[in-house]
Amino acid sequence: MSALRGRGGTAVVEAPTCRRSEQNPIIARERKMHAIEVSGISKEFFKWESANKKKDVNGEADGARKSWFARKLPHRTKVTALEDVSFHVKPGEIFGLLGPNGSGKSTLIRILSTLLIPDAGEVRILGRDVVKDIYEVQRLINRVSVDAAFFKKLSAHENLIYAARLYGVPSNKVQALAKEILGKIAFDLDRYLDPLEDFSRGMQQKVAIARALLTSPIVLLLDEPTTGLDPKSKREVQAFLLDVRKENDATIILTTHDMDEADRLCDRIGIIDKGKIIALDTSEGLKSMVLDDLNGGAKDKKITDITLEDVFLHLTGGILKNEEAE
Amino acid sequence: MKSMNTAINSVPVRLLSELKAGYAFLERNVNLTRRYIGWEICFLVYSMVSAFSIGLIGKTMGAGDEQAVLYLIIGALMWNFLANIFNEIAHTISWERWEGTLEYTFMAPVHRLTHLMGVTWFAILYGLVRTLLVLFAATWFFGLNLEGANIPGALVVLACACFPMLGLGLVVAVLPLMSAEKGSQAAHIILGLILLISGVYYPISALPAWLQPFGYISPVTYTLNGVRSALLEGTPTVQLLSLSGALVLSGLVLIPVGYFIFLQGEKYAKRHGLLKRSG
Ligand SMILES: Nc1ncnc2c1ncn2[C@@H]1O[C@H](COP(=O)(O)OP(=O)(O)O)[C@@H](O)[C@H]1O
Ligand SMILES: [Mg+2]
Repeated sequence: MSALRGRGGTAVVEAPTCRRSEQNPIIARERKMHAIEVSGISKEFFKWESANKKKDVNGEADGARKSWFARKLPHRTKVTALEDVSFHVKPGEIFGLLGPNGSGKSTLIRILSTLLIPDAGEVRILGRDVVKDIYEVQRLINRVSVDAAFFKKLSAHENLIYAARLYGVPSNKVQALAKEILGKIAFDLDRYLDPLEDFSRGMQQKVAIARALLTSPIVLLLDEPTTGLDPKSKREVQAFLLDVRKENDATIILTTHDMDEADRLCDRIGIIDKGKIIALDTSEGLKSMVLDDLNGGAKDKKITDITLEDVFLHLTGGILKNEEAE
Repeated sequence: MKSMNTAINSVPVRLLSELKAGYAFLERNVNLTRRYIGWEICFLVYSMVSAFSIGLIGKTMGAGDEQAVLYLIIGALMWNFLANIFNEIAHTISWERWEGTLEYTFMAPVHRLTHLMGVTWFAILYGLVRTLLVLFAATWFFGLNLEGANIPGALVVLACACFPMLGLGLVVAVLPLMSAEKGSQAAHIILGLILLISGVYYPISALPAWLQPFGYISPVTYTLNGVRSALLEGTPTVQLLSLSGALVLSGLVLIPVGYFIFLQGEKYAKRHGLLKRSG
């Protein structure tokens, strides 16, 4: 993995050479603070709804009391994607974000990636503001999204070299680096020069992971990176991420619907529902909290074992464990 | 933290990395052109055939007057070149939206100017290659005789015409940023209107009186006038300089305006979640 951080002491990404925390007092000081600080973030979207559509679960129709005629016309609906979200992520931490579909996970990741400007609140990545210090933040981060977004007809290599150039990775190192990363996640390297459109979803996702890692991000934003991967690939990617965290000193935010994955990878987990963080703790902490809740403080604990999935369902209003038990 | 920021942003380092990033866009577009070669050939053939047909109209209507053929062919070629530049820039956002890569490009630590300049360099290169190919084909098809024409003069005018065309492309490029589909449609309509008012195949005096003023403010009108007077009348380059200067000047106004509008559009898109692939 050393190659990912550059050989012989020179970082692969030219500009922030001061990444080596041990040697750089500025970074050393920064490392003591939070890698990611999210404070009071809110985001609303407006959607045009065609006539007669039922309003969103968490959206409120602008004119609930409007006349029959007004309701038949297309109208704007407000969707609250995030509401006063705050949390901190420590350097080197893998922070999990769990939540039902539409709970605001991707919106949050997009704000961290400088792709969305929040309505309220502030996000700092290594002390830099994602709205004001866009360029510096962009140098520090990279993101893997659910949809592997590539130029479909370009080969994996052509897609990767484009991405690498944008981040200032020397073009003569791209191939070796990419192959090193892809090799670790069991990508069939014979396909390296084939167009992306010929790849299965899992293979595309692996290239997307390589694209993000190629730029040696200090903060890695992973939006359902393993969704759609087969169990074996999933395992490989998970092992790889643990590796990245250890060897690259990267801070990772990970969203996933796979509870085992969250349990396995994440140091702490935030549970987000309808745009709000409703719980935040280690996996164990969340479990014991929900256990207490389920046992209702009773001395003779009826329920003693619980999975993260139970926690998730309990907190997000799914099925309750004690209901199942009875 | 200050010292780290200055290290990252030291001017030569930044400039060099921006240059390299600019090259990324050029290289990417060249690769895309190669990979979509079937479509490229298809559009090229279409351009050639349309240039031939337009030339043939001149041959019949102009009663064998070679000047009439040349007049129309120049129109076809120039329009080919200018429309290509305009399209490459105006549709660069729609293209990336369609591919799904828009968010990744906007997430990269690259100055927007670098991004758009990279696309621009490609557009000029691409327009030039395509137009030259059509020119060769037309020369062969009609056996064109360019004796007495001031070819360098025409090229000077053309080079200067790139500036306003880039500016116009930039102004329009923002539209697909605001609205995925409608923006692209609007760009097509705008290009069509420029074709109509700019005297590409006829002098603007042929337009209805109420449309003529629009013809006079279109940089394309002056480009066509300049190129035609160089090629048909052999006007010496010195006499084309004031016209060329005016073209450059209009570009120097349009490019910053277009860039400014684009940046505003980008902010708007980031506020309203419009960079997302769908919706
Ligand atoms: N760009 C956007 N435009 C309009 N609405 C959006 C946009 N992005 C997200 N939303 C809405 O915000 C809510 C949260 O979406 P998202 O963050 O994608 O959820 P998740 O990733 O947790 O599934 C949803 O109701 C979604 O429809
Ligand atoms: Mg999502």
